[in-house]
Amino acid sequence: MSGEERVVVTGLGAVSPIGLTAAAYWQSLKQGVSGLGPITLVPTPEELLQKVAAEVKDFDPLKHFDERQLMTLDRVSQFAVVAAREAIAQAGLVFDTDLSVRTACIVGSGVGGQTTHDDNFRRIYRENKTRVFPLTIPKLMVNAPASQISMFCGLRGPAFVVASACASATHAIGLAFHMLRSGQVDCAVTGGTEACITFGTLRGWEAMRVMSPDVCRPFSAERKGMVLGEGAAALVLEPLSRARARGAEILGEIVGFGMSADAADITAPDLGGMTRAMEGALADAQLAPQAVQYINAHGTGTAANDEAETKALHSVFGPHAGKLAVSSTKSMVGHALGAAGALEMVATVMALKEGVAPPTIGYLERDPVCDLDYVPNEARAITIEVALSNSFAFGGLNAVLAVSRFG
Amino acid sequence: MTDVTNDVIDIIAKKKRVDKPIVEMTDRLEDLGLESLDAVEMIFDLEEKFDIQIPYNANNPRTEFDTVGEVVRAIQQLVDKKS
Repeated sequence: MSGEERVVVTGLGAVSPIGLTAAAYWQSLKQGVSGLGPITLVPTPEELLQKVAAEVKDFDPLKHFDERQLMTLDRVSQFAVVAAREAIAQAGLVFDTDLSVRTACIVGSGVGGQTTHDDNFRRIYRENKTRVFPLTIPKLMVNAPASQISMFCGLRGPAFVVASACASATHAIGLAFHMLRSGQVDCAVTGGTEACITFGTLRGWEAMRVMSPDVCRPFSAERKGMVLGEGAAALVLEPLSRARARGAEILGEIVGFGMSADAADITAPDLGGMTRAMEGALADAQLAPQAVQYINAHGTGTAANDEAETKALHSVFGPHAGKLAVSSTKSMVGHALGAAGALEMVATVMALKEGVAPPTIGYLERDPVCDLDYVPNEARAITIEVALSNSFAFGGLNAVLAVSRFG
Repeated sequence: MTDVTNDVIDIIAKKKRVDKPIVEMTDRLEDLGLESLDAVEMIFDLEEKFDIQIPYNANNPRTEFDTVGEVVRAIQQLVDKKS
């Protein structure tokens, strides 16, 4: 498009239940490794029905931060900063004064510092303490991850957190993409983070009656619901011209972003909203549906989402839907809510780059209402020119990114 | 009618979305306009009222609760088991 910058990905970072770097995470995705297991972060008394989650394991904050820094860093911000540092290091960027003020930091998070919330509520309401830790508020505020990345990495341009539940990270990356395309900024560090496997949050999810008691089997018959995850992922985005000029390795190109609201039910998925977000991303990319080979689905593993998403894919792609490879990486990392879209974008960029569609693991057998190719149980070598990454949030807020293979 | 029956019918009547003055045992939850979130709310109200835990997952298509009468029977069983 004339006068508009092409936007490319030059750095990736991830902290996930199946790998503490983007490379480790991608290796595990390709091998179909499950990150689900018994909850260890909080006590699970007998009456707590939800006993599995996809926790980030072996994450040692002291390997990344000193004790003084950790005073202000909830787990959600720790993940975010670690992922952002990794992405920036891969991009090989140094934020001198000129670039620093022209770099955006846009991060998705659903609920912010839940660990800090829970810890303080316990102190006040259960232990009857009269005081909480002095830095409670800056630790738990939902914008903390963007603030911390900006401070740790020296990013002085537009910085904020986007909250749209399960679509937060996709909205954040989409906004960063549009800001770069229109020339408002010269670089963006973007993505999403979540760390809400806390007792209170688990109770809340349990009450929704949508959780699986054991495994997550998106799109499969016998699926029993979603499993909560956590983690963070970050991407460095730059205009193509700038990335080329400095000789950066280009990992992929973001070509379109679509958004919509259902304006219907607070939790039930909506075919119309999903369809409009996917069509919006394709229109923004000026691509026909036939150009797409791979979909990283929202695929939560609930009866309702997976059926509605399948219908929406039929509606957008028509007969071409049957030719798509559609996978849900949530089968391996659970639903990391505000981080999900970023973890899935890292998976999508790597799928394009390496020509491998990650699998949907735990798939048992075909559900008549989910009749597409979900790359069951094993990764598949496949040439991908264009892929979509879908995020459909509670509250009916939908966001879809279109990514193209570069070179 | 037992107390459980009355209480269950009261709770369902508050959640229903159709204009039907009397909720009967043979009414289907679906015909009363109870959608999935309404069902989850209804179950919460029933659990709170009777201090019981109702095993229910919205992802299970073979729902045990098709009619009002089935809800009443399930709650009665759980209440009996408790005492």
